[in-house]
Amino acid sequence: MRKIFNPLGRTMKRRDFLKVAGASVAVTALPTAVRGADPVKVVLWSWVPDLQLQVDLFNAAHPDIQVELVNPGQGDPLYNALRAGLQAGSGLPDVAQIEYQHLESFRQVDALADIGQYANAHKGEFPEGLWAQVARGDVVNATPQDYGPMAMLYRKDIFDKHGITPPTTWAEFADAGKKIHAADPNVFMTDAPFGANADWVLGLLWPMGWKPVSRDGDKLVIRINDKIAKDFAAYWQDLINAGVIETKPGFNNEWYTGLDSGRYATWLAAGWGPLFLTSVAKTSVGKWRAADLPQWDASKFVTGAWGGSSLAVMKATQHLPEAAEVAIWLNTNPEATKLYTTKQNFFPCTNALLSSPEWASAKPEFFGGQEVNKVFAKSASAVAPFEWSPFQGFLYQSMADEFGASISGNGTLSDAFDRVQDAVVTYAKDQGFTVA
Amino acid sequence: MAMSNSPAAATRPARLGGFTSRKLAPYLFLAPFVLLFIAFIVAPLVYAFYMSLYRDTLVGGRQFAGAASYIKVADDAKFWGGVWNLVLFGIVQVPIMLALALLFAIVLDRGQVYAKGVFRLGFFLPYAVPSVIATIIWGYLYGPTFGPFTQMAKAFNLPPPDFLSPGAMIFSLANIVTWEYVGYNMVIYYAALKAIPSDLAEASRMDGASPGQFARLIQLPLLWPAILLTIIFSINGTLQLFNEPYLMRALASNTINSSYTPNLYAYSLATKNQQYGYAAAVSFVLGIVIAGASYIFTLITNRRRPEQ
Repeated sequence: MRKIFNPLGRTMKRRDFLKVAGASVAVTALPTAVRGADPVKVVLWSWVPDLQLQVDLFNAAHPDIQVELVNPGQGDPLYNALRAGLQAGSGLPDVAQIEYQHLESFRQVDALADIGQYANAHKGEFPEGLWAQVARGDVVNATPQDYGPMAMLYRKDIFDKHGITPPTTWAEFADAGKKIHAADPNVFMTDAPFGANADWVLGLLWPMGWKPVSRDGDKLVIRINDKIAKDFAAYWQDLINAGVIETKPGFNNEWYTGLDSGRYATWLAAGWGPLFLTSVAKTSVGKWRAADLPQWDASKFVTGAWGGSSLAVMKATQHLPEAAEVAIWLNTNPEATKLYTTKQNFFPCTNALLSSPEWASAKPEFFGGQEVNKVFAKSASAVAPFEWSPFQGFLYQSMADEFGASISGNGTLSDAFDRVQDAVVTYAKDQGFTVA
Repeated sequence: MAMSNSPAAATRPARLGGFTSRKLAPYLFLAPFVLLFIAFIVAPLVYAFYMSLYRDTLVGGRQFAGAASYIKVADDAKFWGGVWNLVLFGIVQVPIMLALALLFAIVLDRGQVYAKGVFRLGFFLPYAVPSVIATIIWGYLYGPTFGPFTQMAKAFNLPPPDFLSPGAMIFSLANIVTWEYVGYNMVIYYAALKAIPSDLAEASRMDGASPGQFARLIQLPLLWPAILLTIIFSINGTLQLFNEPYLMRALASNTINSSYTPNLYAYSLATKNQQYGYAAAVSFVLGIVIAGASYIFTLITNRRRPEQ
């Protein structure tokens, strides 16, 4: 273990104590004399709005650890700052918010600490598939903060008008789309943002068992344009060619208006979708419902996820036990985690919240009093395992570029998968990987 | 000369002191600028150049690569595709923007305009709007389904224009940039027009020149240095285009990819691909392309106007 200079000579003492006692109990139980005068400062980077609420709770409960919250910006700005810090070897936080999809790329450059000795005790508090996103066996790099299991939000008014029951399979989904669009050319079954949201595309490929980039020992196996991808591409290409869906980028005013005004009959959304939709589609209150994600094989129920992030502990931290305590406490403490669902509109990660009557049985007016959370909770327990690539940012960008090009007339989606395969193999070799 | 030598020698100490401080003074006055220039322009450039000689890989970390990145850029279809996009963009956009700016400046200078101050400010106002905001405003106007142009077209039963299609995008972006920078260039021309001595205007009027002749034969030639300046600025600005396509991507990601302009490409390389060294090399080559384009333009214009 690294030796840390400390004029008060108390850090090692506490660290040893923590190792034995486990972080959450130990810190508050330490005698005042051991705690000393100066609390350990833990720097936390996160873009979660109002996270200061939870941080204040933490600081109040931990007199000898003080969290300093910094918001470097959502997603890329934070990652760019982390990568700049890793390059420079300084200026890094102790704990950072990292989306599940990018954890692997930070593992690849050995940026994350193993907090398994503190965190493994909490393994059972999260759904198994979710814990697999932050852990590799006993090695744990982060704790789950929010999640995006996928399901289908749909317009009951549109379905009713055309005599359609919510599709349970993708075949039914396509038939329903063709029926609705034939009856009303101004209505599209959904918007599929192929050129914009590669993470959304991945969320739909996920339950099919797609393994774009996986590890085989120290080799990378790259199978982006496999049969699964080709089947997926053929299905969506058919809907594009038939004109029953649109392929415009999401998350802009045009798209919000489209959802609100009934241009789109469904939104294939994630766990954070219901509350997000409530905030952007204000006039279609009561017209929306949630249903399970359509399935390829009706005999088994399997889903994927879109989004969600974790609190990861950086390897460069000088205060590993305290940083681990921050990451664990903020995402397991009942009061703090409940606040995520009420203040930050997060989809809950802990089993306790997922099964709590208060959350699961909520009947929002926006969804006509339906218990929508139960639909997404069911999805959360059916999310298949998934292996992220060590260069997820490049994979996404390559997918978005090539899907966008195919939508703009450069070949089909299937051709786009071939082009992504080539681009990723070239990139992986260039980055020094051995490609199997 | 020889006669004045001895009195000069007598006062040498005093004059020497004055001479030194006079020599030092300009450097002292320059120091604040030079220090900031070194800290924020020269040092980052040197660092970026240093970075461009290295390769960062996910396996193996940082290695010295010499000129390898530069050789790769020379053969990179994505980089040159982006440059080509901007050459097309510039050929369309720069002449339109500068012609409009010139027209507005001459009209405002003519003095027969009502509420001159209001118009001058009005034309200049878009430049005061940050390009980020300008792009968001235009993005809303361009909206292919619910944008006002589409709504208007629908009201008249016309096919709605698709400003965001692959074919139209370059013009839609050119329109935003024109809207932003016409006023800026107009102010440069306007200031240059104001600097033309009024006796020239009087003389031309007495000689019976029409307003058109005055503009063509007197104002334009005297404006030539200002026009050259704005063209060089425009070549620079065009080849560095970033904000507008970057933000427009949120509305038209199927059209604008990650290498649509060279700066967008360098940004993607650094932030998504983590190819910092290569991104630095791309930036340097872009800088060379810009310097080269400006130099060639200056050579051509100098040759055309030997009297300058």
